Amino acid sequence: MDNAFATQHKEELGRLRELIGQYRGRHGALIPVLQKAQDLFGYLPIEVQGIISEGLRIPLPEVYGVVTFYSQFTMVKKGKHQVAVCLGTACYIRGAKDILGEIQSRLGIEVGQTTDDGLFTIDGTRCIGACGLAPVITIDKEVYGRLEVRHIKGILEKYRED
Amino acid sequence: MTTVQDLARIKDLQLSQRRGKRVLVGLATCGVAAGAEAIRTELLAAGEKFGLSDFAFDRTGCIGLCAYEPMMEVHRQGEAPYFYVNLTPERVREIVEEDFSGGRKLDQYILGGEPLKSQLRIALRNCGVIDPDSLEDYIAQDGYLALGTVLSTMKRPDIVDVIKRSGLRGRGGGGFPTGLKWEFTAKAPGDHKYVICNADEGDPGAFMDRSILEGDPHAVIEAMAIAAYAVGASEGYIYVRAEYPLAVDRLNRAIAQAEEMGLLGEGIMGSEFSFHLHLKLGSGAFVCGEETALIASIEGQRGMPRPRPPFPASKGLWGKPTLINNVETFANVPTIIRNGADWFAAIGTDKSKGTKVFALGGNINKTGLVEVPMGTRLREVVYDIGGGLPGGKAFKAAQTGGPSGGCIPAAHIDTPIDYDSLLAIGSMMGSGGLIVIDEHACMVDVARFFLEFTVDESCGKCPPCRVGTRRMLQVLERITAGQGTEEDIVKLKDLAEGMKLGSLCGLGQSAPNPVMSTLRYFEDEYYAHVREKRCPAGVCTAITKYWIDPEKCRGCTLCVKVCPVSAITGKVKEIHEIERDACISCGACQEKCPFDAISRR
Amino acid sequence: MTEIRVKIDNVTYTAPEGVTILEIARANGVEVPTLCYHPKLSIVGACRMCVVEVAGSRGLMTACSTVAVDGMEVNTRTDAVVKSRRNVLELLLSDHPMECLTCEAAGKCSLQKYAYEYSVTGATYQAEPRDHDLDSSNPFYLRDMRMCITCGQCVRVCDEIVGASALGFSERGDRTFVGPAFGHNITDTTCVSCGSCVDFCPTTALTSTHGRNRLRTANIRKVTTTCGYCGVGCQINLLVDRNEILGVEPVEGPANDGFLCVKGKYGFNFVNHPDRLKTPLVRRNGQLVEASWDEALELVARKFSSIIDQHGRQSIMSLSSARCTNEENYLMQKLFRAVIGNNNIDHCARL
Repeated sequence: MDNAFATQHKEELGRLRELIGQYRGRHGALIPVLQKAQDLFGYLPIEVQGIISEGLRIPLPEVYGVVTFYSQFTMVKKGKHQVAVCLGTACYIRGAKDILGEIQSRLGIEVGQTTDDGLFTIDGTRCIGACGLAPVITIDKEVYGRLEVRHIKGILEKYRED
Repeated sequence: MTTVQDLARIKDLQLSQRRGKRVLVGLATCGVAAGAEAIRTELLAAGEKFGLSDFAFDRTGCIGLCAYEPMMEVHRQGEAPYFYVNLTPERVREIVEEDFSGGRKLDQYILGGEPLKSQLRIALRNCGVIDPDSLEDYIAQDGYLALGTVLSTMKRPDIVDVIKRSGLRGRGGGGFPTGLKWEFTAKAPGDHKYVICNADEGDPGAFMDRSILEGDPHAVIEAMAIAAYAVGASEGYIYVRAEYPLAVDRLNRAIAQAEEMGLLGEGIMGSEFSFHLHLKLGSGAFVCGEETALIASIEGQRGMPRPRPPFPASKGLWGKPTLINNVETFANVPTIIRNGADWFAAIGTDKSKGTKVFALGGNINKTGLVEVPMGTRLREVVYDIGGGLPGGKAFKAAQTGGPSGGCIPAAHIDTPIDYDSLLAIGSMMGSGGLIVIDEHACMVDVARFFLEFTVDESCGKCPPCRVGTRRMLQVLERITAGQGTEEDIVKLKDLAEGMKLGSLCGLGQSAPNPVMSTLRYFEDEYYAHVREKRCPAGVCTAITKYWIDPEKCRGCTLCVKVCPVSAITGKVKEIHEIERDACISCGACQEKCPFDAISRR
Repeated sequence: MTEIRVKIDNVTYTAPEGVTILEIARANGVEVPTLCYHPKLSIVGACRMCVVEVAGSRGLMTACSTVAVDGMEVNTRTDAVVKSRRNVLELLLSDHPMECLTCEAAGKCSLQKYAYEYSVTGATYQAEPRDHDLDSSNPFYLRDMRMCITCGQCVRVCDEIVGASALGFSERGDRTFVGPAFGHNITDTTCVSCGSCVDFCPTTALTSTHGRNRLRTANIRKVTTTCGYCGVGCQINLLVDRNEILGVEPVEGPANDGFLCVKGKYGFNFVNHPDRLKTPLVRRNGQLVEASWDEALELVARKFSSIIDQHGRQSIMSLSSARCTNEENYLMQKLFRAVIGNNNIDHCARL
C-alpha cells in the first residue's frame, strides 16, 4: 500500500479492519462493508478495496466489479458538498434539464466532476421520490423542491459561505 | 411478550390518552423538503406561547397531497378534520393565534372541497394518519391484530388460501398473483426459507413505496411476518433504496420496536413461530428491482438477473426457497387478513382486485399520491382527483409504468386502469408512476429520455439489452437531431421486437415499450422529425428554428436583449432578424415577444 | 433413475431426469447455438443464443438453463427463435471490429460461425468499436477487449476451475468490460498464465502470442501426446507445422479433463530451440562431444561399478524427477535397491 495513504488514514484504516473483522465469514458481507468503508473514507480507493478483498477473502476483481456496478460507490474523492440533481421523470418533465444546466454553468463543471476548490461535486441522481415537488435537487441531506432556474444562484451561495 | 389481549389493551390506552384536539404535521420526505420541520418547530413554539396545553401536536407520514406541502391536519372531537396547506412559519403563527387559541378558522388557508374524494385507501390507510414512529399508534389502528389472528387461530394453508381468494396481485409491476407465489414458496421443499420485501422502488416518478415505508413501516413488517409464517420462513430481508434515508431510519426504529414487544424475533406473540428481519440497503442500481438481481445483490454480488426457472420460490436467496413481494403488495396483506378475502375481492375489476396507488406527477395540478379502486378511469384520476393540467393545457398523454411502460394517449383517457386494460393498449401498470404529459412535450424526446435511463441502468449481462438499448438510443438521438431516416423507424421496430424476444429479464424485455407505444400513438411525430426535420412540440432544439414575422415585428428590441447568444439583430423600431447559424433555439425570444411576432418551425 | 420423454423439433427423445434441454439436444445431435455456455462451467444464460420455444411457456427459454420435464415440447428453430438469435448476432457485431481477414480466430470463431449460419452481416446498426487498449503485458497471450462479446467464459474458468480469479466483470450496461480489477494489466494480477481463458474464449479477445499470423495459414497437424513436464500425464495436442510446434491445446484426458498449466500450455519453445540437447554428450579430452545412448550408458555403468568397487555400495545416491511418471520413478528406485544395492533415493522436489 501507498505509505502516504497509510499515514494519512491511520485511524480510518484501523476502523476498516475492525469492520472487516465484524463481517468476516458472514453471508453477503461485501456490499455492507463497502458502504461503511465509503462512509469512512468518502470514497473507495484501490488501497481500501485491496484491504477489503484480503480481509473478506473475496477476489479483487469481484470487489472492483461490485464497486463499479453500483452507482453509489465512487473511486473518486468527492467535494465537500454533494449537489444531486434528480433526473427522474417528473423532474425531467418539469425542467430538471434547465436546473442541471444552470448548476453546471454556475459551478463550471459537469456531472460527476468536482470543483477545483473541492467545494462541490455534481451528481445526476435517480428519482428520489419527491416527485410532488419536482424539480428537486439535494445538497448533502437537504432537499430543495419546486425549483426554478433563478433559485440556483442563491442556494449555491449559501454553501459557499459556510 | 405481547398477546392479542395486550394489543386490545394498548389500543384502548392509546385512544383514551388521545387528546380531543390534535394537529398532525406531515413529515415524509416531500413534506420535509417543503419545509415541514420548520413548520413543526414554529407550531410547537407558538403552541407554548399561547399555552395550548389541550392540543397535541403530533407527527405523521404523508397524506399524499404533495402539491399542498407543507401542511397540517386539524382534528377536534366532534368536528370534521380539515387541512391547513402551503404553510409558512408566519401563517402558522397566525393560525395558532386565530384558530387554535381564538377559535376562528382561517378559511383562506384551508384546503376546500373533499381532498381525498374518489379515493379508497387500503395500502395507504395509515399514511398521514398515524405517527410512523409510534408502535402504539399503529396498534391503535388494529395493527398486529392480523398477525395475532393468524398465529392463534389460522392454519398455514388457510392463510395462503385467503390471499389467493382475495385476488391480490403483485403491485411492483408484474401483477403476478400474490397467493400463488405464497403457495409455491410454501410448498417448495427446504429447511430454511426467506421472505424478502422488495423496497427498491426505482421507477422514476413512483414513490408510493417510500411513502408507505415512511408513513406506516409496521404495516410492512406485520405483513412480512404473516407471509413468513404462511410459507414457513424464519428470516426476512427488506431491500430498500439508499436514496430513501428517512424510510431506512423509520424501518430501523420500527423493527427495533417490534422486536422489543415480541412481535418479531423468537416465539412471536407466545407462539412457536420465530421471524428475524434484516434491512439491506441498495447501492444504486435500478435493475435490482428485478427479483433475481435483488437476490444477487443481497448475496453481495453485482445485481445481475438470473434466468428463471428456477424461480425464487424454489431456489432463491442462497439457493433457498424465497418469497419476494413488493412494499405496496405487503401493505395490503394485514387488512385482507382482518377483513377477509371476499371483502377485498369485491373491490376493483374482474381480474384486478383491490386498489392501486398512483403517483401523479408531471404536468398536473395536484401532484401527489392517490389510491383508487382498480378499474377507475384515467380521466377521473387526471381531472377529478388530479385537478387537470396547469394553465388548462390539453392532456396529450399519460406515461405509466416508468421506463418499462408506455403512454396512454388522449384517445384512451377513458380506459379503466387495471393490469389487463393497460397491457391491451400497450402500456403497463408498472409500480404506479403516472406522469401526465401536456401538449408541449415531444413524444420522441420522451422515448429518448426513457432509453437514456435504460442504457444507464442495463446490467450489461445479455446482448439484447446491453447493446440493444444503446443502439436504440443512438437511433432516437439521430431522429431528434434531425438526422434520422424513414429506415430508422423500421430499425426501431425491428430492434424492439428482438429485444423483447431475447432479453434475459424484464428490464430488457420492456425497455422498448416507451418507443413502441409512442410509435403506436404518435407515429406522425416521428415522421415529422425524419421527413420534415421538424419537432412539432419544439422540444428538439437541433431541428427547431425560430422566425420573426416582419409584419408583426414592431422593433421593440426585447428579443434582442433576451437572446443569450446575441443571435438577433435589429435596432429600435427596425424589423429584427434571427441569425440562423448563431441561434441555439432556446425559445427565450418567443416567450418575451409582446406582439406574437416570433414563431417556431 | 427416472427417465423422461422430451419432444424436440417433433422427435421424441428419452433422457434422465434433471438434465437441461441443451444437454438433451446436444446428446442427440440437435444443433443449438451457444456463446456463453460451456459444459464445465456454471450456467449463466447470458448470451441468449440458445433460446428455444417451449410449448406453454411465456416467451423464449434458454435451453442451457431450462431443466427438461417429462412431456415437454421444444422447438429450436421457429421464426421467433431465429429472429431473436439474429438480433443478438446483429447487435454483437454492431460494434465488433470487422477484422476477420486478419483475425487470428477466423475459422474457429463462434461469432463468425453463427454470423455465417444466420446470414448476419452486422451492418444494420453500425457503431464505433469500443475503445480498449491491447494488453500485451503477458508473454504468452494477448488481450484485445475490442473483440470481447462479454460471454464471461474466461471469468468463470479462471474463477471456478483454475481458482486464480484474476478476471471479473467491471462497470455495467454497455460500459461493461471483462478484465483485471482497476483496468490493470493482466500481469499485475493473480493470473498463473495457464491459458485456460484463451482456450475457452469463443472469439479472438484472448489469443496466444506464439504462432500468431501462422496458425491459420499453416498446414496444421495435431499430434496427441502426453505432456512431459510432470507425472500428472496431461493429454495435449501439439499443433505442428512441418516439424515445428506452433502451439499446444489441451485434450480431454483422464488426468487433466481438458486443462493445462502454464508449462504444458506454453512451455514448448525448447523443442525447436537450437541450444536443445538431442543426443547424450560425453567428455573426451576435456571436450563434451556427442555420443550414442549405448556409448553413454556403457560409460555410466562402468563408472558406477568402479565407484562401488572403490568406495562401497553406499557411495552412490539417486535423485529422480517429479517430471517423471510414477512408473519411471518406480524403475529408478528398483534400479537402486536391486541393482546398485542401497536406499539412497530422493527426488527433485526436496532439493
